[in-house]
Formats: sequence, C-alpha cells, structure tokens
Amino acid sequence: MRHIISILIENESGALSRVAGLFSARGYNIQSLTVAPTEDPSLSRMTLVTWGSDEVVDQITKQLNKLIDVVKLIDLADAPHIERELMLVKVTATAPTREEIKRLVDIFRGKIIDVTPLTYVIEMTGSTAKLDAFVLALDNTHIIEVVRSGSIGISRGEKGLHL
Amino acid sequence: MELSGAEIVIQSLKDEGVEFLFGYPGGAVLHLYDAIFQQDDIKHILVRHEQGATHAADAYARATGKPGVVLVTSGPGATNAVTGIATAYMDSIPLVVISGQVSMPVIGSDAFQEVDMIGITRPCVKHNFLVRDVTQLAETIKKAFYIATTGRPGPVVVDIPKDITSPLIKIPYVYPKSVSMRSYNPVVEDQPEQIQIALDLLLNAKRPVIYSGGGVILGNASAELNEFAHLLGFPITNTLMGLGGFPATDRQFIGMLGMHGTYEANMAMHEADVIINIGARFDDRVTGKLTEFCPYARFIHIDIDPASISKTVKVHVPIVGEVKQVLQQMIALLKANKARTNTQSLETWWSQVNEWRALNCLEYDRDSLLIKPQYVIEQLYAVTKGDAYVTSDVGQHQMWAAQYYHFDKPRRWINSGGLGTMGFGLPAAIGVKLAFPDADVACVTGEASIQMCIQELSTALQYKTPIKIVNLNNRYMGMVRQWQEFSYESRYSHSYMDTIPDFVKLAEAYGHVGIRIDKPEEVRPALEKAFALKDRTVFLDIMTDRTENVFPMIEAGKAHHDMKLRIAPGTPIDRELA
Repeated sequence: MRHIISILIENESGALSRVAGLFSARGYNIQSLTVAPTEDPSLSRMTLVTWGSDEVVDQITKQLNKLIDVVKLIDLADAPHIERELMLVKVTATAPTREEIKRLVDIFRGKIIDVTPLTYVIEMTGSTAKLDAFVLALDNTHIIEVVRSGSIGISRGEKGLHL
Repeated sequence: MELSGAEIVIQSLKDEGVEFLFGYPGGAVLHLYDAIFQQDDIKHILVRHEQGATHAADAYARATGKPGVVLVTSGPGATNAVTGIATAYMDSIPLVVISGQVSMPVIGSDAFQEVDMIGITRPCVKHNFLVRDVTQLAETIKKAFYIATTGRPGPVVVDIPKDITSPLIKIPYVYPKSVSMRSYNPVVEDQPEQIQIALDLLLNAKRPVIYSGGGVILGNASAELNEFAHLLGFPITNTLMGLGGFPATDRQFIGMLGMHGTYEANMAMHEADVIINIGARFDDRVTGKLTEFCPYARFIHIDIDPASISKTVKVHVPIVGEVKQVLQQMIALLKANKARTNTQSLETWWSQVNEWRALNCLEYDRDSLLIKPQYVIEQLYAVTKGDAYVTSDVGQHQMWAAQYYHFDKPRRWINSGGLGTMGFGLPAAIGVKLAFPDADVACVTGEASIQMCIQELSTALQYKTPIKIVNLNNRYMGMVRQWQEFSYESRYSHSYMDTIPDFVKLAEAYGHVGIRIDKPEEVRPALEKAFALKDRTVFLDIMTDRTENVFPMIEAGKAHHDMKLRIAPGTPIDRELA
C-alpha cells in the first residue's frame, strides 16, 4: 500500500543522506522524496512517498524515528490529508495543436507560463493521479520534457506536524 | 579557561572521565597528539593498526560498561577504523570515535588523506558529527557521549578537521554538564498495561521459555534477570551475546540457542507455547528458518529499541523499555501475587526439557588421541575457575568457547556476535586487561583469525597487558571448512593456508612466551603454566583435531527442531562414540 510520510528533520548537512541512505541500505522503496526548510530555518520538512506491506511501513517509520536528526514524523496516509505535486511540462505547440493543448490545460486547470512560437511550458499542480492523467491526455509526441516535484502533503483539520 | 580546539577535545574527554584513549597518530590529528603529550590524566594506548584501536576500545566498553574512546587520523586511519565501528554497531556497544579530517578549506578537494568519514560511517554508526566550528567542539563531544551511552547504545563518530584543533585559536572552555536534543529522547514511558498482559500470559503458560540476549548485559540487568527467572522457575536460554547474563551453571539454564545452540534449548524453543524475549533481537542465527520458528509460541518482547520489535518475528506483547526497569516492575508484581497457575504443567514441561537435556548434545570423544578443541575450553574453564574474561575471534573456536566455557557472570564473554569480525579477539583482550589488570584474560582464537590483528602482540608488550592466547590451531578456517564439508561435498576451497607461521617464534619475536602443544595430556599443564606467568603474555599454539565440527548445528534454512547432532537422538548417552 502507498504511504506518504512527513518528516520534521534537523536542517543540517547530511540529514537528507541519512534518510536516503536508510532506504537504500534496508531495501525500502522510495517513489518520491522532497525536502525544504520550514518557517523555522533550523528545521526541514521532508515528504516521502513509499509503498510496502504494513509490516514494512511500520519498520520504515521506526527506523526513521531512530535517526538522531529526525525530530518527528507522521504517516499522512493514516488520516484524511491533502496531497499536491507540482509539474512543469514543455510541449511542442505548433499551429495544428496549439489551441487543443490550451484547452486541455484549461480543463486540468493548469497554466501556460512560457510561450514560444514552437513550444509551451505548462505548470500544473494536483494529486499525483491528476498529473498522471494530464500526461496521459497529452499526445505523447508533443512532450519535450516533464519535471515533477514529488508529492508534498498536509493533514486535514486542526492536527498538524510541528514541534 | 581559554583552550585551543585540540586542548578542548582532550579536556572534554577528561571531563567525561575517560581513562584510556586507543589511537594512532597521523597528519590530521597532530594538534591533538600534541595536546595528549602535555597531559598525564588520559592514558593513550598506541595500537599497531586502527582496527585494533576500535576493537580494544569496544572490548573495554563491553567489559566495563563505560564507553570506549578511539582517536584516529583522517583517510586511511579513519577507514581502518570502520570494521571496528561496524563491529560495535552490530552489538550495540557504546563507542566514541574521534577521527581527524583535512582542514575545512580543503574538504571536498580530494586532499591528501581525505576521505568522507561521515559518508563512509553513516550506515554503521548510531550517529556522526562533522565539527565545523571550534565553538561547537565541547558540546559535540558531550552529545557524542550522550548518544553513544543512552537508549540502545552504539558507536558515534566525531570527525574533526585539522584547522578546528589549531593551537593558534583559543576560546573559552566550558564543558556542558548535560545536553538535551529535541530530536533525541532515549527515555521511554512505563507500560504497566503491557507488563500485566505479559505476566498473565507467562503465568498461564504451559511450556514457557525465557530467551534473553545482550540487552540484559548492556542494560546491567543480570541480577534482575536472575530474580525474575527464579521467581518463575522457567527454563532459560541465552543468545551468544547474552551469555553470562544468567549463570550457565544454574539448573534452570538450558544453554545457548540458535545455530549452534544446545539440543534442549532449541527443542524447548520449538515446542514452547510462550516465549519471553528479554533484550534479544530474533537474529537470523537464532531463528533459523523464520516460517518454522517457534510454531506454537506467543511472544513477549522487551527491548529498548522499538525498531527491534516485530522486525522479523511478529510479537504479540511488545514492551518498549529498559530491560532492567521492566524486569523490576515484573518482579514486584510477581512478588505481590504469589499465585502460580501453572505449577503442574511446568513440572511436565521440565521433565520434557530434562529428557532433551539428557541427550547431552555437547558430549564429544574424550578418548581421542588428538587434542579436541572442546577439551581445551573445558580445561581453560577449570584452570581459570570459570572466572576469566574470555575474548574470542570468529569461527568454530568462538562457538566452542561459547558452548564449553560456562559463563556465570555478565561482561565476561567478549565476542563479535553480530558482525562476526575475525581479528577481534586479540585487541579485545588487551582492552579488557587494561580495564582489569588483576583479572585473568584469555583470548580464544584460531590460526586464521589471530593473523588478522596479530600486530597487536606488539601493543600487548608495550602496555604490559599479560593475556593468554589460546590458539586452537586446526590448520583450517574451521567454520568455513565445516560448511564446505556439509554443503559443498567437502570441496575445501581456500579454507586452509599452505603456510602458517611458527606462532611460538612469532610470539617470541614480539617479546612474549610461546608454547606449542601437540598432545592432549600437555594441555592442562601448559594452561596452568601460562596463567601462572602472571606478568607475561603467553601464546599457546594448540594443535587440535583438524576435522572436528561444531555441534549441534542448524543448517541454513532449517528450523530449530531440525538439528545436526554429533549423537543421533535416541542413542543411549553412554554408547561408544564413533
């Protein structure tokens, strides 16, 4: 099953590699991993999407908690939560398809943020599934490159991951 | 008090109460060595190879319970220490390793003797630090000791660039009295409900077993384990790391369990209905085939590390906590409630266990004209009255020492259990002897293992640590040969050496006493002579039976009840041995 683990970690050099190293050393799966400082610059927030059986994910959270730099973590998949991912897509957009792509972007509520006579760059946010659907909907031959941020997530309601 | 970085390191170690610093100098730590030169409080032990430093410090920690401290230079000094760090990590030994690093401005430039020590050690330390600012030094060292010694202990590396220790920069020194970290809190809350559930399970068990490990020794909970086991009257087995946590000569002790555990211990585990794991971790050498491990048992597991619980074996009653405290709470409840629900079934269980025990699975050919390694360990036990510190290397000799030296006290059996590091025994013996100069210290080893850190014989002379090396010389890497015999149709691929040094001459060349022993009747007198030579290191090169194997044995992928025995089950004990 897919899990989205949110981690508050000391914003110190090497902290990211401790997490990444743990996953490779113990053979855990990583689908995506994003990290950036929080409003408190001494802390980073990491979002890690992984999958595995309940036993494996239980071990993953325990092993993450064992890392000295990890301050706190939660598995967002345990409760209602919101997930977003940012994607930038560069596509060829010439006369016959320019309008069509524009309409598709509007349907998916994306934005075209760079325009040249031959290309568009499209900005799109949403769940991973929505971004997958958009990529699928684009004619493959139009895609020049796809950049995705990996998911970030936050729990719904009053609960939050903070110190 | 204004101190340089180097002086701060040394002063911090003094303030931590460090007695011995095991190390080896080099370019990146020259400032530190200059500071060591100018003081007498901390005794520096100059090893001959950094691996030896880590093993000696590690064994010092295992024997005393205090953290071991190591100082090595950057680059090769640091990488040589890695095997010892990983050894300590696998056995949860508190170690603080200070490594030199190239100066801050040249880090990352492939400078001379530069290696990314933080990166290299990351997977085999509890934590590591790169000190980037001299003002952080004292606090970082404090944190290192705090992390290494609390919770589940482990090694911590402090990597210090050379310019941080410069004598030119002096800053005010204050060693923090305590340290707190928002990301690390080793204190765990009491779990009275779990403890009650566990006790109910135990008191209603029909075929219970206590299975205890190294956590009892690390957590200084041996007295509590004794009381707990005696209150319940259950059979108790120890892991390799747990030996001495419960007295081997106690009637309730049914021996070590696992791959080379006793018949009675493994059979009891297999048939048990309730097993309480106290400070052990269901290691694969203990469990054998996981899907057939203890098929009838419900498990209670006490461990300080939540990640150890239900990692490989699903546990029914997890109790996260320090073994000592949890056992104290259980003992108090057991004493308050004298009712025992299972007296009758416990009697039946014991008669079954004793039936297995009567098989006498550790019996061997005592009439052999060759020296049996088991006999050597039994004689070592007799000569030292069971009261020696015994270090070992890794292989058959290690298993025989574990099986035939009946450890009655904790911290007496010093071996590399998790990582299985050949070369551990000799430097370990030096570390133990430094801590306990008046105690008998024996290193049980083999001719292959001993050669992996043989250079430390020189250290043993320099620091006058008279240890007794019991070299079970079978001219084979015995355990490799045993596996090749059983699993590779006796194709002994590279499990022997065409050339083996003359260990007697070698010992003498290093300034020690060497004795070669070829006949069984020479074993006892030689051991007596060796231990009588109080102020000399003695190398006993004992020519043992080349083809002796370690039994019982659970082969890889087999279950506990599927043991290879020297004696077939059901055979009368007094029958003639082949």
